[in-house]
Amino acid sequence: MIRLARPIIITGSLILLWQIIVWASGSPHFILPSPARVGEAWWLNFHLILGHTGITVLEIFLGLICGTILGTSSALVLSHFRPARRWLLPILVGSQAIPVFAIAPILVLWLGYGIASKVAMATLIIYFPVVTNFYDGLRRTEPGWVDLAATMNASPLLILAKIRIPAAFPSLASGLRVATAVAPIGAIVGEWVGSSAGLGYLMLHANGRMQTDLMFAALITLAAIAITMYFLIDVGLRKAMPWQPDRLENQKEE
Amino acid sequence: MPQKQRKISTQITSATSGANHPPVGLSLSNASLKFDGTYLFQDLSIDLPQGLCSVLLGPSGVGKSSLLKIIAGIQPFETNGSITLKPDGRANVQITGVEKNNPFNLIAYMAQQDLLLPWLSAIENVILGARLRRERPDIGKANELLRLVGLANSANTLPAKLSGGMRQRVALARTLMENRPIILMDEPFSALDAITRLHLQELAINLLTGRTILMVTHDPLEALRIGHRILIMSGQPATLIETECPAEEIPRNPSDPELLTHNANLIQQLAKLDTSPFAQTKTVPR
Repeated sequence: MIRLARPIIITGSLILLWQIIVWASGSPHFILPSPARVGEAWWLNFHLILGHTGITVLEIFLGLICGTILGTSSALVLSHFRPARRWLLPILVGSQAIPVFAIAPILVLWLGYGIASKVAMATLIIYFPVVTNFYDGLRRTEPGWVDLAATMNASPLLILAKIRIPAAFPSLASGLRVATAVAPIGAIVGEWVGSSAGLGYLMLHANGRMQTDLMFAALITLAAIAITMYFLIDVGLRKAMPWQPDRLENQKEE
Repeated sequence: MPQKQRKISTQITSATSGANHPPVGLSLSNASLKFDGTYLFQDLSIDLPQGLCSVLLGPSGVGKSSLLKIIAGIQPFETNGSITLKPDGRANVQITGVEKNNPFNLIAYMAQQDLLLPWLSAIENVILGARLRRERPDIGKANELLRLVGLANSANTLPAKLSGGMRQRVALARTLMENRPIILMDEPFSALDAITRLHLQELAINLLTGRTILMVTHDPLEALRIGHRILIMSGQPATLIETECPAEEIPRNPSDPELLTHNANLIQQLAKLDTSPFAQTKTVPR
């Protein structure tokens, strides 16, 4: 019961706090709109927000897929070929040293104002956590398992497929959780720099025309989507790995 | 390759019988292993007579596990070492390099940890070897083996849901599933409580009858209970000596007074070989 009520209580208290700040500061609605006003703006612009949300969700989703495919395959190459580690690891770290904000304009210039540049941005931001986590997992296979497989006359490729990759799944899952949490950043940054659709575009547009209530409505929608995505991925990953002990989950609700 | 290995020659001899795998003996001669610049052992030879259980005792870190892993083919060594195999009276086969070791599928390995893959059920763990060789697994035989180790009802259970003793029994079934004539065991029961250990020793010995076994252990009583022969490995570089062993058939009764006398003697013998800083402790015989 308390589990279901908790998100409602948290959301309710935040909205209340927000309303109190509006009352106390007496800010005009174009600086800080009241929750009711934002709700109204959300309702009036429902179809507009829905359309832009679809675009952003698509960008995040495609970014997640591309980033995961690219990241996992890079980690496999890194773990399997010794020379690849020496050549690719510096590039990998370097790619993370350049902030995605800095290359966003170039990506928009190259890939256009459409969806491609945002997908590329999300992919780029996801790539690193996926590679590092999966690679770490692949490196830390229990040596006894590999020894055992060797006495069973298994080929290195089958040891990789049947033992090292499944053993690295929990690490990959950690990477995917981080990736899901940061993917919206990539998409939104891309939309801010140059776009004609998406929640980031809508926010920028509304802000420019002092439609602060619409901007807040778009922002809250984005947050709701990011949270929903995270929980869906988290639950999915848990279900996919029933052997993974989960101490926190097993603790009794207090 | 961090390990330096000189002059390895392993001979595998066998007699023919009707079984899937005839009993096979193994002898390893002149094995040397360097670890961090010092020799763990040099020109060490060991004989595993066919169909007998040889137990290897000795202090920690003396190189027992390494010796076992060399025979299993999972301890890397330089290619100037050589292995000679003589299975089924065939001509000697000269092989160099660790990757070509265990070439006749003669050896199965069982470690102290059960090494069960946590994402596979008990039965899937039992047929792991076939899966890793892309062979069609014999599910019927796997079920039969699980029944023999008393786990017929846990075939589809994940290892995390099994107790330590049950997991080690699955590992035993997996070892039997490989159906190899030579079984190498590295302290397979040391993590279990005393009673479970006694049960598992007996179960393992009964199921592995007729196979050539080399078992590493810390426990003199375990050695006396299930060993046809007891070898003590000690010193640096380490050497092997064979010690006296009760005459009865294995598994022997652990509460038999004669066995306990042997146990006291064996502990005394091991204590004499102990060169560790705590060797002066009063209650340990010297």
